[in-house]
Amino acid sequence: MIRDTAPTEARSARIGWIPPALGVIAVLVAGAVGATVGAAGLDPGSVVAAVVDAMPGVVVDSGLTDVETSILFEIRLPRVVLGAIVGAVLAVAGASYQGVFRNALADPFLLGVAAGAGLGATVAFSVTGDSTLLAPFAFIGGMAAVVVTYALGRSVGGRSATSLILAGVAVAAFATAVQTYVLQQNVATLREVYSWILGRLVTVGWKDVWGLAPYAGGASVVLFASRRLLDVLSIGDDEASALGINVSRVRLVIVVAATLATAAAVSVSGLIGFVGIIVPHTIRLLFGWSYRVIIPLSLLFGAAFLMLADIAARTLASPAELPIGVVTAFFGAPFFLLVLRTMRGPT
Amino acid sequence: MISWSNVEVAYEGRRVLGPIDIDVGDGEWLGLIGPNGAGKTSLLKTAVGVIPHEGTVTFGGQQGRRGLDAAWMPQRPHLPDEMGVADYVMLGRTPHLGYLAAETKHDVGTVYAALERLDLSAFAKRPLGTLSGGEAQRAVLARALAQEAPVLLLDEPTASLDVGHAVEVLDVVDELRREEGLTVVTAAHDLTLAGRYADRLVLISGGVVAASGSPGEVLTEDNLKAHYGAGIRVIEDRDGPIVVPMRQRT
Repeated sequence: MIRDTAPTEARSARIGWIPPALGVIAVLVAGAVGATVGAAGLDPGSVVAAVVDAMPGVVVDSGLTDVETSILFEIRLPRVVLGAIVGAVLAVAGASYQGVFRNALADPFLLGVAAGAGLGATVAFSVTGDSTLLAPFAFIGGMAAVVVTYALGRSVGGRSATSLILAGVAVAAFATAVQTYVLQQNVATLREVYSWILGRLVTVGWKDVWGLAPYAGGASVVLFASRRLLDVLSIGDDEASALGINVSRVRLVIVVAATLATAAAVSVSGLIGFVGIIVPHTIRLLFGWSYRVIIPLSLLFGAAFLMLADIAARTLASPAELPIGVVTAFFGAPFFLLVLRTMRGPT
Repeated sequence: MISWSNVEVAYEGRRVLGPIDIDVGDGEWLGLIGPNGAGKTSLLKTAVGVIPHEGTVTFGGQQGRRGLDAAWMPQRPHLPDEMGVADYVMLGRTPHLGYLAAETKHDVGTVYAALERLDLSAFAKRPLGTLSGGEAQRAVLARALAQEAPVLLLDEPTASLDVGHAVEVLDVVDELRREEGLTVVTAAHDLTLAGRYADRLVLISGGVVAASGSPGEVLTEDNLKAHYGAGIRVIEDRDGPIVVPMRQRT
């Protein structure tokens, strides 16, 4: 039988139940392994029992000592949950940026949020010397960079997405230049800033999780609700607009939601690269083009991916930790290339 | 049904279209003709609100509701390669769905009716990137139909089609117009075809209406030579004028 090289059946915009079920399983498995593995090895069965025991109205004997219970609930689980939230946010923000700018290379850091947060973090380390100011400074820096990008993009190019992206490039370059200058003046903080830039999920209990949760939750709801609109935007601004979509408003809402969540995430985790590119594209290759599929699956697989990356970061060079940004790139990039090659076939 | 009154379009302070006043009646087929850059595409775009303009475009005397009053088939539509034909046609239902709503059975029914109408049922699951020029054009038309708008604005609907497929597409539009009572406005470069299908032609040149009337009145050698340049012969035929380009250099 002769077969066309092009697929004769398109993937559906409907998500079905198998991909989300796989995503939920991936999250649960990655979470369970993440809670179990570490310097103090905990028995997987006991971990599950302890988590079930913590639920209201349920009493199960986990067999964990008080110290082990404390390690599980005060150190391990906050870190696992934080990894899940940051991964979900970066992946879904990346997918949304790719949709809203119709640019496959868009990532959550496209409009300067990373450079702005980096500058904020550098100022917090170098000028104030107060590490508790790191998260708020990084958040403010990230948001400020995006606001400047948006204002510049609008002033030079009106509604055009290209002018916004170019403004993002300019703002990122400027913020990075200022950051480099501040660092040069304060070389003592170089190591700390560098470690933040490479990404890390070191937490101080649940505080970071609760700080990030409202942004992540709010953004996830908005982006999930916008998934059909992202499909409409894929036929271009003019055609979407002729179909009754207020393109500028939709783009603004999506960018604000994705940016707020990204800024909140990087303010606690540092700059974890590649998640926002690799996860949505792998989902696109495996499960289809529609944002009705990509957005919900990015949330699930983004969470699972970063939890797994964190396990690798904690264990590969144990007792030392690898920066998680290095792990996501080191394992994510070859995996992504493998998927790309498998799905497209040899050329 | 659709009226442009005193409509003007300017790019960077330079007026490129207007002032234009055109009324198109219920169920009428109006053909816009004119040389490249005359302003036909801009005129259609003012009706769907995708370019800023002065003046007003009204539908049945009312201010237009975006996506509901007019369906627009652009000259060069964006067709995402991987998107399936049925999902693409479903985008035409966007104006009927709230921002957060999901499509209903009625929407799905409308989409499949539009596919059947354009002989695309067998292509419902085909990726857009695998369609031929004619099939793609029919898919875009099906999306416009799924909008269920009373006015169809078609910008060069036959530009990428051979003459057989061009006639096929225009026949479908004509059938729809008669059966569904649609009002049709097309912009076209094929003057003979424009004259065969439109009830009335408007010749736009330099951004203003240069001639308007029945195909026989507008498609005259004098009119066409004045606005398209020399080298055009018009042959009278039983079904309307035939416009033939003439070679100028031998």
